[in-house]
Amino acid sequence: MADEKKLFKVTIDNITIEVEPGTSILQAARKIGGDVAPPAMCYYTKLKGSGGKCRTCLVEVASGSTADPRPMPKLVASCRTNVMDGMVVKNITSEKVIDARNGVVEMLLINHPLDCPICDQAGECHLQDLSYEHGKEGTRYEFERRTFKKHDLGPYIQLHMTRCILCYRCVFTADQLTEKRVHGVLDRGDHSEIATYIEKSLENDFIGNIIDVCPVGALTDKTFRFKNRVWFLNPVDAHRDCSHPKCSGKVTLWYRGEEVFRVTARKDQWGEVEDWICNECRFEKKATADWTIEGPTKVNRHSVISQGHYVGVVRPQEALYDVMGGRAPRLLMDIHDVSEVNRPEIDLSKLERPAHSTDFESNGADRPTK
Amino acid sequence: MIKFSDEKLKKVDEIVARYPQGKQKSALLPVLHLAQEEFGGWLSTEAMDYVASLLKLEPIEVYEVATFYSMYNLKPVGRYMFEVCQTGPCMLRGSDQIIDYIKQKLNIGIGETTPDGLFTLKTVECLGACGYAPMMQLGKHFREHLTPEKVDAIIEECRRNTAANN
Amino acid sequence: MGSRKLLLEKAHVPGIRGYDVYRREGGYRSVEKALKTMSPDQVTEEVKKSGLRGRGGAGFPTGMKWSFLAKPEGVPRYLVCNADESEPGTFKDRYLMEFLPHLLIEGLIVSSFALGSKSTYIYIRGEYAWIPDILEQAIAEAKNNGWLGKNILGTGFDCEIYVHRGAGAYICGEETALIESLEGKRGNPRIKPPFPAVKGVWDCPTVVNNVETLAAVVPIINEGGEAYSKIGVGKSTGTKLLSACGNINKPGVYEIDMTISVEEFIFSDEYCGGIPNGKRLKACIPGGSSVPILPANLLLKTAKGETRIMNYESLSDGGFAKGSMMGSGGFIVLDEDQCVVRNTLTLARFYRHESCGQCSPCREGTGWMEKILKNIEYGKGKSSDIDLLWDIQRKIEGNTICPLGDAAAWPVAAAIRHFRDEFEWHVANPIASQNRNFGLAHYADPLEVVPA
Repeated sequence: MADEKKLFKVTIDNITIEVEPGTSILQAARKIGGDVAPPAMCYYTKLKGSGGKCRTCLVEVASGSTADPRPMPKLVASCRTNVMDGMVVKNITSEKVIDARNGVVEMLLINHPLDCPICDQAGECHLQDLSYEHGKEGTRYEFERRTFKKHDLGPYIQLHMTRCILCYRCVFTADQLTEKRVHGVLDRGDHSEIATYIEKSLENDFIGNIIDVCPVGALTDKTFRFKNRVWFLNPVDAHRDCSHPKCSGKVTLWYRGEEVFRVTARKDQWGEVEDWICNECRFEKKATADWTIEGPTKVNRHSVISQGHYVGVVRPQEALYDVMGGRAPRLLMDIHDVSEVNRPEIDLSKLERPAHSTDFESNGADRPTK
Repeated sequence: MIKFSDEKLKKVDEIVARYPQGKQKSALLPVLHLAQEEFGGWLSTEAMDYVASLLKLEPIEVYEVATFYSMYNLKPVGRYMFEVCQTGPCMLRGSDQIIDYIKQKLNIGIGETTPDGLFTLKTVECLGACGYAPMMQLGKHFREHLTPEKVDAIIEECRRNTAANN
Repeated sequence: MGSRKLLLEKAHVPGIRGYDVYRREGGYRSVEKALKTMSPDQVTEEVKKSGLRGRGGAGFPTGMKWSFLAKPEGVPRYLVCNADESEPGTFKDRYLMEFLPHLLIEGLIVSSFALGSKSTYIYIRGEYAWIPDILEQAIAEAKNNGWLGKNILGTGFDCEIYVHRGAGAYICGEETALIESLEGKRGNPRIKPPFPAVKGVWDCPTVVNNVETLAAVVPIINEGGEAYSKIGVGKSTGTKLLSACGNINKPGVYEIDMTISVEEFIFSDEYCGGIPNGKRLKACIPGGSSVPILPANLLLKTAKGETRIMNYESLSDGGFAKGSMMGSGGFIVLDEDQCVVRNTLTLARFYRHESCGQCSPCREGTGWMEKILKNIEYGKGKSSDIDLLWDIQRKIEGNTICPLGDAAAWPVAAAIRHFRDEFEWHVANPIASQNRNFGLAHYADPLEVVPA
């Protein structure tokens, strides 16, 4: 067809862009990018039917369209509301939105265990990011938090129901990626839970993807459990010729030193999986030899994971001498006399990567620090 | 292995036929009611799996639904379940006192069953009988305008029915 | 003089539940009239003219809802009757179905004809376990007499009605949750759009209407939309069923024509018959538990000092600050011995219990409100709890997928708005509040009229 497709003009936080009809407000805002893009805890581009539930992406529609410029009476879920031509949307420029989002974050947190220090998701948890960016300090909730009975999902996947925010993404994933769903949302209201009812392990060879779609630490990789912190790891893109017809074989390998600690699908800047991978790639292929390395994964500099690159770290000024009026502190015991772990001659700031135990081995100091 | 009687299976077919072809999942709620009546007043995993196979569903689809609705019992219950409403309009007419009376009379707490397996006390939210409060559901029917005397009579009636049927 | 009755006129005729008596009393005339002398669009037109508003609670104009129904070629359309009556205080549909089942079936046939629904479903709440038998018998009788089935009255119109029993979930009264439940799923409301009128049950265009709404189609067709619209006042046309309960002498279901005053409704012998034991009126929730509770002084007279009338406009006069809503017609009366905190607690518990759990503000917020109210009621409240409650309800309202969030927020908001001192008294007197109630206080004192 010669006709050019008519595009819709939409203005979000005073920035106007043109998008194709059928685009959601959220996707339009993501095109603009930055802070204009509302946070999304349940919506997932690749999962049909997802979204609308968490309410973090609520925005104000100040004008419905050129044809019908009336404002919408309530805030709308931007992930499930399509733009109209001439629509005017307010996200971070709306006090109403900021207030409501604040409320949603608080609701999501009141029953969350806040066990980040022992949670494998810490550092790449969307709920952490959300609370940091949109939440308030402290809590007004003074009651016992909800807990659930432990539920085993088999050898690969750990379920921590107390951390779940009921985004339903894992349910959609199982529905859309596997032939047979064996887990789902049981019960209702504030005691709804993700479970299999009678304990069953999740065995489909694509089920590992539910770990990647989980925005929090409710579903984590048992083969990686308690092994490391994500911010100590170096993500590297790699691929392999996977024999599974549906598997892309494109992954991110998470290294510490020479060792691959875990394998995940690659994620885009919104934290969404780019291509699904099979369980074999994810759980069984943990040797560099299994993969063709493409190069370091681009990590957003705001992410804690980027902190693993030590290059350019400036040593903070020593304040102790000032505090003590120029006197040097008296050392009661020099740790280096008793421990071989911390070696003063090894300067971690010279490493272009996270430190690894091999750096402290006898010849560690002599290794090139490229 | 549990199984519906031929008569109940006919009923299942009849229910499925109410919905368009291929939409037999719509029959799930009514068929679960049938299963609960047929298999001892509650839904065991076996009963739910059986319903799943009848309607060509994955078992999880049945569990999801059975756990959502408050009328499906997922644990065995007494032969007579007193489901006493405690929401606003019933509270205004003294449902709290009725609940206390039943507790004391049967010597059980909420959610408990008497040792003889006859009575279970359950508190429920609004059943749509606000004008006839306080009230409870007993099986298929409502018992309304409850007073301690009426509760006594209902308990007696249940005991008599049991004796007559045993 | 009593007001005109259009629905319950024949409710007390012996045997009216059966087909023969119902027919003898003029039943099924509207089916004859509609199918033989009118087109489906003409039926819809009459309903539009009548001004009938949805009787389930939201009060949306029924004719308009019908005209939104998409009619793509070759795609079936469905009418679903919402008999999932579960709003605390509401039991009017139960009365209609139990005592006048044929009136509902008659309304359903005419409405199905107007909408082109060949399979019509009655979704009834599971707890009304004995009513499906009554309805199914009425359906069988109607079918035996040629009002249902194939080629009804030789007009070529085919229609079947089926009863579908729910299983205990208030949320299924929300139309998209009801549709999900009818499809055999969990009653999670859908995210709109698409609206049911375009994509409803089994993805086909669907209209969901309340029992009383569909029964009201019968007098509308019999008497004409115009005549119906002349009963009542303003946009509150026709008659409305009210289910009255709480502390009154004559609880029950009443039909009113929306011109009588609230005071008359509570105190006249024709209706509620006043309050038992000589107690005084403290408060009232006039339209089902989710609408704002009003203290006696704001209930009987509006903030402008006018007499409050039992209709949509007058009950909502003053907005949420000084008014309430007609809602579903569940009329709950509280006498001077009742505790508003306790009443609010039971409602908060109700909404927490009935939240589907799909969206976060409702799933988490309803439970939080219940816990705080429990503390206040049982003498463990703090004065900051009242403001916290207010803030929580504010953060739920309007931010959820379906109206259950609002329904849970409003009762808490209104109770604090009008009865704040009763909450404060609970907090300040934790011991006394366990032994006695706050009482009537000033809630019935005449209000100073603010000139408009």
